[in-house]
Amino acid sequence: MEFGGERVLDGINLYFNDKEFLTLLGPSGCGKTTTLRIIGGFLQPTSGKVLFDGKSINDVPPYQRQINTVFQRYALFPHLNVYDNIAFGLKVAKLPKEEIHQRVDEMLGVVGLKGYEHRRIDALSGGQQQRVAIARALVNRPKVLLLDEPLAALDLRLRKDMQNELKRIQQVMGITFVYVTHDQEEALSMSDTVVVMDKGRIQQIGRPEDIYNEPKNAFVADFIGESNILDGVMLADYKVKFFGRTFKCLDAGFAPNEPVDVVIRPEDIDFVPPEEGHLTGTVTSVTFKGLNYDIIVDFKGFKWLIQTTDYQPEGATVGIRLNPEDIHIMHKSEYSGMFGDYSSYSAEYDELTEDAEDEEE
Amino acid sequence: MKRNKSLLLSTPYILWMVIFTLVPLGVVLYYALTDVETGAFTVDNMSKLVRYLPAFGRSILYSLISAVICLLIGYPVAYYMTQCSPTTQRFLYMLVMLPMCMSFLLRTLAWVGLLQDTGIINNILEAIGLPRLPLIRTPAAVILGMVYNYLPYMILPLYAIIVKIDPRLIEAAEDLGCNSTKVFSKVILPLSMPGILSGMTMVFVPAVSTFYISNKLGSTETVLIGDIVERLFKQGDNPNMGAALSLLLMVLVFVCTGIINRFGGDEEGAVIV
Repeated sequence: MEFGGERVLDGINLYFNDKEFLTLLGPSGCGKTTTLRIIGGFLQPTSGKVLFDGKSINDVPPYQRQINTVFQRYALFPHLNVYDNIAFGLKVAKLPKEEIHQRVDEMLGVVGLKGYEHRRIDALSGGQQQRVAIARALVNRPKVLLLDEPLAALDLRLRKDMQNELKRIQQVMGITFVYVTHDQEEALSMSDTVVVMDKGRIQQIGRPEDIYNEPKNAFVADFIGESNILDGVMLADYKVKFFGRTFKCLDAGFAPNEPVDVVIRPEDIDFVPPEEGHLTGTVTSVTFKGLNYDIIVDFKGFKWLIQTTDYQPEGATVGIRLNPEDIHIMHKSEYSGMFGDYSSYSAEYDELTEDAEDEEE
Repeated sequence: MKRNKSLLLSTPYILWMVIFTLVPLGVVLYYALTDVETGAFTVDNMSKLVRYLPAFGRSILYSLISAVICLLIGYPVAYYMTQCSPTTQRFLYMLVMLPMCMSFLLRTLAWVGLLQDTGIINNILEAIGLPRLPLIRTPAAVILGMVYNYLPYMILPLYAIIVKIDPRLIEAAEDLGCNSTKVFSKVILPLSMPGILSGMTMVFVPAVSTFYISNKLGSTETVLIGDIVERLFKQGDNPNMGAALSLLLMVLVFVCTGIINRFGGDEEGAVIV
């Protein structure tokens, strides 16, 4: 399937494979919901095509597409009970009563809501409403299920449970899921393919591991997990220079002396005694995060985030060694220099980004 | 009250209305259950109500027809309003409200001027060489008066309900296979039910007890229960009978409110504008 858009969406070219769990991931306003609405048929692309099984469906209205949607905040029908909400699409399609009953019953089983048939929608918890929304869409046996931040309104615990649940349902039903989220952890843990979007453009498409390990630019590196991003120069294949030192790395195919962005993941860095280190710096802040410490180390005025279980007191001088596989090289992009510096680090960085991205649209 | 139109056309009439509305149920009840001559307790008035059954039937029939016509006219208007931009919505809302700011009597009298045998419409008909039509003193004229006067009471609650329908529900319905006709019948219409019920009541209740409209636009063939109540009181022959009739009307109103509460549940849509 492919489509291109204008201004809000630019040069989007995407292929969805059968039975794939594909996630559109990006910050608020990056165009992921717009993309989803175009696929669902609620928006007409100003240019470009949406192909479904090789045929253009640009002019096919939403109600004729073999696609169903789980909406943000569910959009369940308040005048119908659980059963009638789930049966809605089947009744519209005028299926025989027994078949409707049998399929609704089956879906209630899949989403674990047996016995709730006659409940009013407003008598359900958020997680239960979520399940009804999924059942209501899946009962129609769509070829593609679109999910627009379906877990955004749930609390953390419930969100984790539902992530597993969704993945399980997707595998059981064998349907293509197109999932929209701004939560990178959610995207990585559930998807077969992750599409990272920003400013209406696709920044990177790949398997979760590839996206994490081989980010294409500073935006992806920063948005997916935490990253220290440094300016470097590629001296030759497998040789990069930064902080005045030459390091071995695993990357090749850059022009000689090409300026590059160097990504070092905070969890890949290990402390060594200062005299053994490639680099030495001073610890400026230590935050206990449960699993690990977030330690900010000042290397020649550039602050790195290091995640380690190895406690270092504030003010200590530490050394680090970097192995070739810890270093990832990216071409310079429009995002270079915007991310990856922890000078303004605060312990609340997670919560801050969460809040800012809370509401799409 | 026909004797002093200028007075009736001004605010004292409204005051009189308020006071009339506020007269406690107990007073009506007292009159209804006492004899007109002796003032002694009696259920005679109640048992004699049968006499007015045709007028009751007519009142209910005309009011129901009016309420249905109001719904048929008002629903598309209310729906259209919700589809407009917020500025246009406010403007249209004001337009709907505007007639309610003018005197009910004035508006009814204007219809007399339009419909009467030597009225504007017939004059125009004659001027272009068509025969005059018997427009006034017909059931249709009475129903027209009701529809005209009570239409805002239909549109406003409908608008208030429809405007609150979540547009995502409409998308959800489309997503689940509804074309626009089915979106309407399966989602929008059921969700506007509280507005429909409250609009129907708000048209039906005042229409069923009206006397002025039928008085001005109707004939002796279209006498409504309100006219009879008025006559019994104003012509002084039997206020106790009138009280009994009013009581019955009130019961009717309560029944309507009951129906609203049953269908509309605790939706705030059933609230008076």
